Amino acid sequence: MKFRTALLGAAAAFVLAPAAHAERGADGEVKVFYYQAVSTLNAYLSSGTKDVEAGSLVLEPLAGFDQDGQLFPRLAADIPTVENGGVSADLTTITWKLKEGLLWSDGTPVTSADVKFTWEYCTAPDGGCAQGAKYEGVKSVDTPDDLTVVITFEGPKPYPYQPFTGGTAPILQKAQFEACLGAAAASCTEQNSKPIGTGPFIVTDFKVNDVVTLEANPNYRDPAKPAFAKVTLKGGGDALAAASAVMETGEFDYAWNTQINPEQQKQMEAGGKGAFVNAFGTLVERIEINMTDPSADLPEGERSTVKHPHPILTDANVRKALSMAIDRQTLVDVGYGGAGRPTCNLVPAPAFQASDNTECLTQDIEGAKALLEGAGWTDSDGDGIRDKDGKKLSIVYQTTVNPVRQDFQALIKGWWNEIGVEVELKAIDPSVFFGGDAASPDTFQKFYADVEMYANNFDGTDAEPYMAQYLCDKIPGPENQWQGENINRFCDPAYDALVKELSGTSGIDARGALVKKMNDMLTKDSNIVIPLVDRGRFSAKSNTLDGFVMNSWDTELWNAQDWTRAK
Amino acid sequence: MTDTTIQTEKPRGPWGDVWAQFRKHRGAMAALVMLVLLAVFCLIGPLVWRIDPNFIESDTVKMFKMRNQGPSFAHPLGTDQLGRDMLARMMFGGRISLAVGTVAMLVAIFIGTAVGVLAGYFRRIDGLLMRLTDLFLALPLLPLLLVMIFLFRDPVAGVLGPRLGTFLLIVMAIGLTSWMQAARVVRGEVLALKEREFVLAARSIGTPSRRIIIRHILPNVLSPVLVAATLGIAAAIITESVLSFLGLGFPPDFPTWGRLLYDGIAEIRTYPERVMWPGIAISITVLSVNYIGDGLRDALDPRIRGR
Amino acid sequence: MLSFTIRRLLTAIPTLLLISLVIFLLVDLAPGSPLSDIPLTVPPDVRQRMIEAMGADQPVMVRYVLWLKQFFWIEPLYALDALLGTDFAQGAQRIISWQSKMPVMATIAERLPQTLTVVGTAYLIGVIIALPIGIYSAYRQYSWFDQAGTFFAMAGFSVPTFFTGNLLILIFAVNLGWFPTIYDTNLEVVDWESFTKMLAQMALPVTVLALFNAAEISRYTRSSVLENLGQDYVRTARAKGMGEGTVVLKHVLRNSLIPVVTVVALGLPTVFGGAIVTEQIFKINGIGAMLINAIHVSDLPTVQTVTFIFAVLIVMFNLIADILYGILDPRIRYD
Repeated sequence: MKFRTALLGAAAAFVLAPAAHAERGADGEVKVFYYQAVSTLNAYLSSGTKDVEAGSLVLEPLAGFDQDGQLFPRLAADIPTVENGGVSADLTTITWKLKEGLLWSDGTPVTSADVKFTWEYCTAPDGGCAQGAKYEGVKSVDTPDDLTVVITFEGPKPYPYQPFTGGTAPILQKAQFEACLGAAAASCTEQNSKPIGTGPFIVTDFKVNDVVTLEANPNYRDPAKPAFAKVTLKGGGDALAAASAVMETGEFDYAWNTQINPEQQKQMEAGGKGAFVNAFGTLVERIEINMTDPSADLPEGERSTVKHPHPILTDANVRKALSMAIDRQTLVDVGYGGAGRPTCNLVPAPAFQASDNTECLTQDIEGAKALLEGAGWTDSDGDGIRDKDGKKLSIVYQTTVNPVRQDFQALIKGWWNEIGVEVELKAIDPSVFFGGDAASPDTFQKFYADVEMYANNFDGTDAEPYMAQYLCDKIPGPENQWQGENINRFCDPAYDALVKELSGTSGIDARGALVKKMNDMLTKDSNIVIPLVDRGRFSAKSNTLDGFVMNSWDTELWNAQDWTRAK
Repeated sequence: MTDTTIQTEKPRGPWGDVWAQFRKHRGAMAALVMLVLLAVFCLIGPLVWRIDPNFIESDTVKMFKMRNQGPSFAHPLGTDQLGRDMLARMMFGGRISLAVGTVAMLVAIFIGTAVGVLAGYFRRIDGLLMRLTDLFLALPLLPLLLVMIFLFRDPVAGVLGPRLGTFLLIVMAIGLTSWMQAARVVRGEVLALKEREFVLAARSIGTPSRRIIIRHILPNVLSPVLVAATLGIAAAIITESVLSFLGLGFPPDFPTWGRLLYDGIAEIRTYPERVMWPGIAISITVLSVNYIGDGLRDALDPRIRGR
Repeated sequence: MLSFTIRRLLTAIPTLLLISLVIFLLVDLAPGSPLSDIPLTVPPDVRQRMIEAMGADQPVMVRYVLWLKQFFWIEPLYALDALLGTDFAQGAQRIISWQSKMPVMATIAERLPQTLTVVGTAYLIGVIIALPIGIYSAYRQYSWFDQAGTFFAMAGFSVPTFFTGNLLILIFAVNLGWFPTIYDTNLEVVDWESFTKMLAQMALPVTVLALFNAAEISRYTRSSVLENLGQDYVRTARAKGMGEGTVVLKHVLRNSLIPVVTVVALGLPTVFGGAIVTEQIFKINGIGAMLINAIHVSDLPTVQTVTFIFAVLIVMFNLIADILYGILDPRIRYD
């Protein structure tokens, strides 16, 4: 008996040994590949997700999101709630406490002044802060002592966790960035490329849009971490090359966003050097319906505006038929494989706000035909295209240039032809489509087409700003330089009332119920939005990298301090 | 040639001589046959092989069985990732690519030769034309194409209809952005040619410039022009695919060789044959044009003719 | 020739100014926006503030004049400061990239070495193999050597570098594992080991580019030599009993070089400009990759600066070509 216990003890000690003896920098170098190269490490000046993710190795927020979308403290001691008194009962203030003894990588202490400064930095006029939305509605940030931060909002904030949370809102060091406020932000080259942070690594060399070299932060709060002494973060090329560098040649340990087609996924996995990791968040590939008439015959300035309702797509039966004709599982099998799953929801996650809407998952071509027939859309002239009152079911379907999207276009065009809808396809350069240039006719906001396909999501787990995009007063048009977010030109007073209700509702379940209701209004009830695929994050990880946990709610490098080299 | 052949054959003009010489060039004849076959394949082929290049089985179970097939009797070149017939796509794509390649090359060569000859021959406009060439060489190609198509797409489509409008615009865009090399090369040759004895002789007896250019200069710059033309046709086919890639070319359901090649590259690891077909087709086109160019040059050179 | 050179250099100044203006207007007019990569989660009012912070909402002529001042006055001051350790610039605003908020000139300096090593080597090798192939192909026209040369040259040219590059990576890097697929820009050559590493990572891109360049140059050389071989002076030289080597290499070659010089002069600026496609495929991240990336995100200051430097080189090399014409064929005169 004694002997066995001793043996077990020894075995346990043996198993635990690596953890107990873990030592900072013991595992050498880890090589990370971002096919979109890193431009800056300052998330507030970033031009894309890749910059935010790279910056998160160095800079940290007060709290981050874990793999389940739950907030967990990073620089904060704990998460303030109404229950623990951290959030005031009237929901207008939130009080964060910093961990004690935190040091910046240069050895100076982290104080609440740094947090306050970060808010000032992002809200300074002429600074062009990319994360301004995170600090919207913040009236003031106060620092009663070195470790306490009190954020006061302009009104009750049912979701008070926007400021200083997640990789998009990290804390900057006041001493380093003091001279970079406002218009000076862009000329602080040294600061933006080599920020002083609290994260597990510090930057040693930064080659813009190429490669970032980092080494372990000697002042990181956990003395045993990070296990890697050096990080090389290389960029350039495309997703296929990125996947290959991890899965086939083993040159890299981890590659971000390796979105490749299912056959290639299988082939790469056969390489045996790594595995794909995925996690589902809120990114949904969808078809958006234009409720206004995009006809080129209308005078410029009136195309796709509320002045002219769409001649055919305002018929709810047509929209429903378009949705019924699509086989979403096939789309996933052709285009995404492990990186996607079919969905009928605009808000697919987290669970508390995801509707249980699954009706659209089975394709029903015959049902779609019958629906159109019943609604009076018949093929009266025998050309294979249905018509009614002299209006043909003929639509222009646009999206960006992207191989998966072109395959989707071809497949969906086939199904729609089958139910008697004529489809003209258009593909636009993504930098033009998403560019928002008011002079270009091809932006997704201008929507000079009948339907368009792209993907969208929301930051973090709170869907409120996302649902608010469909408000009547957010319709883009010439009067607001086509800058609205309600690109469907959808307008329903009942929906607007729900958005208002959400902004005054607290409590996770009540909010979730409202979001579900709004989600259903936009999708299954009206088919204004036709969701297709819930797109997960999809990256490649080498078999020799341990401790990697995929996260779709924060940056994918969120737990780089826990990475180790597999023995 | 002996007297008997002259008696048995009908008298023929200078072009008859050229044709007779051309026919002796075996490489050129073979190339001509290849090119004609390729054109027949693209133009007549779809009348025989009646599968719609964009046909996708709407029944998804069947569609999945049809995907990514290798060459078979039903699909001699296999099928693509959506089960579309590659042979039909190659034929359909060839029409566009051959037309775009040829016309765009002719536009580029015409502008290039005209600018090159004028700049080389007339010193007064040399500076101006060459600075214009420098300007075009310096302009970044992508924004230039983007702007041209952005500005002219709707007006041209309004006048000529969307299909012909797109074609014309693409051809002009490629032609207008690729004439500079031909212009520089031709000008260099002309600078040397115009100091040669036969040009000086022609000028000294008062031959007008127009006549000197047409009779003496142009025939002698033919070989670099032909090289530029053969290289230009390949470049034009590839540039067209770049345009499609930017969403500026034909609609996404219009296959062209360039686009098939691009799409095939992404599949090179899984289905290498899919990149081979368009690659081979483009190579055959370019090789044929090159040999025809060689043959033409020999046939047009009076010193070689009759050798 | 000297007065011609000076005159051309002087006319180059207004030409380049005009070119810079045209480029600026062109890039500005192109659809697209510097915010196209920003996630859609960023709301419109924040986007508007970002545009204002970049200065992208200023009238185009204001931005152009500012760029002129930065390029011709402030950047040289910074260069001077860096060389002499002085402080003439006194913190004046440099040309800053809209995308990365980094000085464009610093980025160019960072990227020039890898572009020059890879593309430069490739061009050099291309010219070195193209000239003999072109000359011998013409000299033995329609021999098997000529036929093979023609075939490879045309195949090399008709199949674009994005095809050959990917194919070579697949065969030699992925399947055989001889070479890396990703170029390491941090690699410094300090000893034998790092030197072999450098050679290994340069091998594939250099092969692809050299083949492509050689294909083009050899075609022009062949056709030009062919043209000259039929000339009367060749017959005369042979009749006088000159050796074949002298005839071909001394007389024919010299007279055949004009189109070759033109093509090489047109190609040399691309050594600086980088090979856009090849750099992308092999992840070299040189000037070419920088330019294409900047074009995609409508980073106007970067596009403008890189393209303008490129324009200067084009004008310069074309001038050099014109001077070389006069040396190769003394009958060409510009005065």
